[in-house]
Amino acid sequence: MSGSFFRLIFRNAWRHRLRSGLTVLGMVVAILAFGLLGTVVDAWYAGAEGAAANRLITRSSISLVFPLPLTYKDKIRAVDGVRDLSWANWFGGIYKEPKNFFAQFAVDGESYFRLYPEFVVPEAQMRDFLRDRKGCIVGRKLADTYGFKVGDTLTLKGTIYAGNWDFVVRGIYDGAKKGTDQSQMFLHWAYLNEVVKAKMPGRANNVGVFIAEVTGADQVAAVSRAIDAEFVNSRAETLTETEKAFQLGFVAMTEAIVVAIRIVSYLVIFIIMAVMANTMAMTARERTAEYATLKALGFSPGFVAAMICGESLMLAGAGGLIGIGLTFPVATAFAAKMGTLFPVFNVSEATVLLQAGCALTVGVVAALLPMRRVARLAIVDGLRAVA
Amino acid sequence: MSVSPDPLVRLRDVHKRYRRGNQLVPVLAGISFDIAAGEFLALMGPSGSGKSTLLNLIAGIDRADGGELIVAGEDITRLDEADLADWRAKNIGFIFQFYNLMPVLDARENVELPLLLTGLSGRERRARAEFALEMVGLADRMDHTPNELSGGQQQRVAIARALVSDPTLIVADEPTGDLDRDSANDVLKLLQRLNDEVGKTIVMVTHDQRAAEAAHAIMHLEKGELSAREVVRPR
Repeated sequence: MSGSFFRLIFRNAWRHRLRSGLTVLGMVVAILAFGLLGTVVDAWYAGAEGAAANRLITRSSISLVFPLPLTYKDKIRAVDGVRDLSWANWFGGIYKEPKNFFAQFAVDGESYFRLYPEFVVPEAQMRDFLRDRKGCIVGRKLADTYGFKVGDTLTLKGTIYAGNWDFVVRGIYDGAKKGTDQSQMFLHWAYLNEVVKAKMPGRANNVGVFIAEVTGADQVAAVSRAIDAEFVNSRAETLTETEKAFQLGFVAMTEAIVVAIRIVSYLVIFIIMAVMANTMAMTARERTAEYATLKALGFSPGFVAAMICGESLMLAGAGGLIGIGLTFPVATAFAAKMGTLFPVFNVSEATVLLQAGCALTVGVVAALLPMRRVARLAIVDGLRAVA
Repeated sequence: MSVSPDPLVRLRDVHKRYRRGNQLVPVLAGISFDIAAGEFLALMGPSGSGKSTLLNLIAGIDRADGGELIVAGEDITRLDEADLADWRAKNIGFIFQFYNLMPVLDARENVELPLLLTGLSGRERRARAEFALEMVGLADRMDHTPNELSGGQQQRVAIARALVSDPTLIVADEPTGDLDRDSANDVLKLLQRLNDEVGKTIVMVTHDQRAAEAAHAIMHLEKGELSAREVVRPR
């Protein structure tokens, strides 16, 4: 019986091809939009998602814009539970035009890449980078976007550190994981400090953040408290937090946008749900006599209701599947168009599951009212609908 | 009132009222009669006389407000909806004025529909549906959908659907009401054949005197009351 049941559902679903086609198209657009918006939200959180559980970030307790003295590194390294330490400065240069935005960090090369094993650099390129004080390492996505190759010289116009800065690309890193940000640039903190010392001595020997690797993730709270305790009542008090909390702090600044995106994505689903419900209500009303006939022949109200639900699920499922399928190429094209604005723009498994869940929910909810109506339909009233 | 010793259908003091606004309008006022197995009975009456209501009650697709309704040995007034649906699937074959075929299914699939409620295999269902279509002279139209068939052919598909599960009783509501004279004659001949050769009990509602004369007997329903049986074609 199941074969005949599904055949009947399938043929009913495509009985009005234009109507069904447009409904499926609506579902495709809704599920695709939901997936893309979800991926945009995921991209917002990509930095926090990629954070390691055992890395702590120490910054000025007043604001990130206030630097910390480099001399703090020895005290931090001496804190119990700190296994390794590095530091970085936000460089904030412009490559050709302000719209070509990407993150640039002046780092202590050796220790930084030790702390960030997710940035995978070929050994020879790393050696070249460490030897060249004007060298830099760029991410694969950044290199692909702007066509950087090893050996190229790129010039950044400094916004925090005035002047034109030339850097030679000595290496290109790949991400160890799919979600690793591959759109950053790393230059030598020592080179930056050397130039700053010559031009603006008062700003020398400062760092933006210290990055501490803790021996165990269970120690991060105690270690962060201990680090901050070291600098209580000093000229530059510190705030130490997990890398994830540090990244989420940036997300929080733009949380309203994320909330708006989320609301819009669910509104899209709500709208298509209303459209689907209307389609199913019209369909069921047109077929009242057919459903009454089936009931007269002995088919149960549950069978007839299942036919409606099956048809609704088939349309929603078709739209959902095509929408999910299209999300991947469209997200890739979108990410390419956005350049390095979204360093990580991957359609996550969770997004796909949510898309599938939404399609399923739309299919079921859209069928509920017609199912109820048809299940309760008196056969004689239904048969009269034909005459 | 007519009484048969062992009737297939037995109605006693059956009442039915419909609500129109705040008013309850009586349609059937204490109907009692029997239909013997193998009988071909025509129910006639003017529009609104309650003949279709009476047919619906016998077929178990509507509920009486009172009285006793025994069909094929079952007091169907006591069955709940689920049991009544099972009972209809086993005992009743329906023929409607407007055929009521599923437009998305071809003739064979339409005829196969009632068999989906049986435990028959797909192959058995198909064989039975093809046999039923051969019986109604549509062996060459099995793969045609309803919109590829004439009205008369569609009604013959509906008849094949009505008899495919070998029901105890066939109910036909104005089966020729939507057909031209020639097609109507074909359908009536077919019903007579089913009655004469296969022994099917048929109750047919019609307001066409010529159609009614295809039956063994005619009963007239007027103002909720049933006339005596008028035999037009002895069994």
